[in-house]
Amino acid sequence: MSASVVYDPRPYRLPEGQLRVLTWSMYIAIAAMAAGMAHGLAQALSYGGIDVLQHFPGLKSYYQGLTVHGVANVLVLTFAFSNGFLPLLVSRAVSRPLNGPLLHATFWALLAGVVLTSYAVTSNQASVLYTAYAPLQAHWTYYLGLALVVVSTWLATANMSLTVRAWRREHPGERTPLLAFISVASYAMWVLASIPIAVSFLGFLLPWSLGWIERVDPLFNRTLFWFTGHPIVYAWLLPAYVSWYALIPRQVGGKLVSDTLTRGVFILFLLLSIPTGFHHQYTDPGISTKMKALHALMTFGVFYPSLATAFSVTASLEMGGRARGGGGLLGWIRKLPWGDPSVAAQLLAMLTFVLGGITGLINASYTVNQVVHNTAWIPGHFHMTVGSAVFLTIIGVTYWAVPYLTGKKLWAPKLAALQPWVYSIGLFIFARGLISGGLQGMPRRTFMAQATYTGEGWELAGALTAIGGSIMTVSILMFFLVIGMTWLVGKQGEAPTDIPISEALSPPATAGWTTKLDRLGWWVVAAIVLIVIAYGPFFLTYSMNMVSPGFRIF
Amino acid sequence: MKVHVYEKAFLWVGGVMLVLFLGALTYASLAMGIQLPGKVAQLDPAEVRSQPPFSEPGLRQVGENEYEAVVLGQIWSFAPSELRIPLGAKVTFIATSADVIHGLHIEGTRVNVMLIPGQISKVTYTFDEPGEHLMICHEYCGSGHHLMYGKVIVE
Repeated sequence: MSASVVYDPRPYRLPEGQLRVLTWSMYIAIAAMAAGMAHGLAQALSYGGIDVLQHFPGLKSYYQGLTVHGVANVLVLTFAFSNGFLPLLVSRAVSRPLNGPLLHATFWALLAGVVLTSYAVTSNQASVLYTAYAPLQAHWTYYLGLALVVVSTWLATANMSLTVRAWRREHPGERTPLLAFISVASYAMWVLASIPIAVSFLGFLLPWSLGWIERVDPLFNRTLFWFTGHPIVYAWLLPAYVSWYALIPRQVGGKLVSDTLTRGVFILFLLLSIPTGFHHQYTDPGISTKMKALHALMTFGVFYPSLATAFSVTASLEMGGRARGGGGLLGWIRKLPWGDPSVAAQLLAMLTFVLGGITGLINASYTVNQVVHNTAWIPGHFHMTVGSAVFLTIIGVTYWAVPYLTGKKLWAPKLAALQPWVYSIGLFIFARGLISGGLQGMPRRTFMAQATYTGEGWELAGALTAIGGSIMTVSILMFFLVIGMTWLVGKQGEAPTDIPISEALSPPATAGWTTKLDRLGWWVVAAIVLIVIAYGPFFLTYSMNMVSPGFRIF
Repeated sequence: MKVHVYEKAFLWVGGVMLVLFLGALTYASLAMGIQLPGKVAQLDPAEVRSQPPFSEPGLRQVGENEYEAVVLGQIWSFAPSELRIPLGAKVTFIATSADVIHGLHIEGTRVNVMLIPGQISKVTYTFDEPGEHLMICHEYCGSGHHLMYGKVIVE
């Protein structure tokens, strides 16, 4: 089979009506960031022994704030952003509009979900943290609201798939444009991964919360949670990878290294992200150690595409840096466009992610996990993954997306370029605190400011956490200032008019087996086979133990 | 598919590194006997307080230098809240929760296990050094979570 490669140089722009819906989805993301951040500061200060909770009107407990922090930052911010970002890229990649009714349905499902969840959480009827482990029982609006957020991502996926399919029908024999392929692949993985949480919420926890069923099985629902709960981190991360692979090379004046390898990396994530969830349950009873070991192996496997990403993305950056006159072994780094806030934020996202990846591998290390499980080490780790790689990339994309979407020039780009530095410095201090505290036994998810016990070294660890967290907060306020002022006083007409799409150094093959990579359906089937191998034995041999009534003790 | 020679080298080094790590983990778990908690048995949390072993939480000797520690997690305390363990004792912790999910982490050791209602957790550890350890509930278990801890004294 031969295929021709199409590169469309005309900047396609979505009809304004559709663009507005995507823009509002991103605004929901920014609103969630504000809510999540405010509570994040209170939690960091609590580690330092400072209790500022009484100054939060309407807040009943530390754990209510912690629930807001988790739900707003990792469930609403991430998916509201991706619901806007990925369809925007797909439509640009194939130069086609999206499906209008689906686009609106996606937005309203998300908004309804956020409203319901917010009601449950703000009224202190759902202080169960974002993991919602039964038998802690939340108000039914919490489960239904979050289920609607998940449904909105399914609708966004359907929309992107229909758009790509329509393009393929009009371009028989041509390769799907890379940007469209990796955007759809990211959410396709997530659709598959999100089914267990939907089953848990809609099949067990929602009816249990409404009183339709009296008892649930805590381990069973916890397992369904982590069945979704590991791949969810890739659902947060892959949209950032889309930006690093397909947009950042163009932004720094380089090229994407290999079209084929990039598709391969996203396919590996689709295959390997999901059959790994037991590594969050290494210390759980009721799960065989053999299955835990299998998931450990798979988790090491899913580290591999991230290694490939580290090489490819760095190579793209080097190409850009050298094209801009950088010489020597490392001189190209200095020549990268650090003054561009979008680039600076994402370069620092990558840099901090190196430590996030290494600590993640430590967590996944079977026996070693017993040292760090549920200690402060864990939030130390994930603030260097979702809290840096993903968060700073969302910020970096916002720095070009808000001007692109509103037509207004970014306000104070120098301040904006400084902002991710402040965040990263704060993050390193913050994570140093949590990581060392965790190694000394300090627990996570605990109101340390009022804990009745303390351990050796926790005071220093807590102080660093509080100082680092405060610096991170200052940085996020800088971000809000820049975006807010762009809206208010940004100069109309001086904004980028196109999305920065990169060209590939090795363009997509037009013949041979690699053209078959585009058949996403086959890869989804292969992913299901791996999931059955990884989870089949547990679910086939598990005997349900529905013994727990709900506890509302918050 | 053409892959650049540096990239090939990088991916090989990365792959070999991962295999070495896995080898070390295999050695730790098979040769050194560091095990994770696994499948033990199920029970009904409503009945834990009236049926053995959890009706009588505490430490008991089961062999020469071998002990069983029965621990019950409940909102918001451990029963017993203090364990006195003879130096050098090999202790098998048998634990569960009477209500919501709790955690059991004996700080400074690798005794780190979840207590899930309906499931029995089991983990074995030898206490070779004298001293005092915090026994912390490290899973959020409601508004009094930060008040839930105990002590393990090795003497």
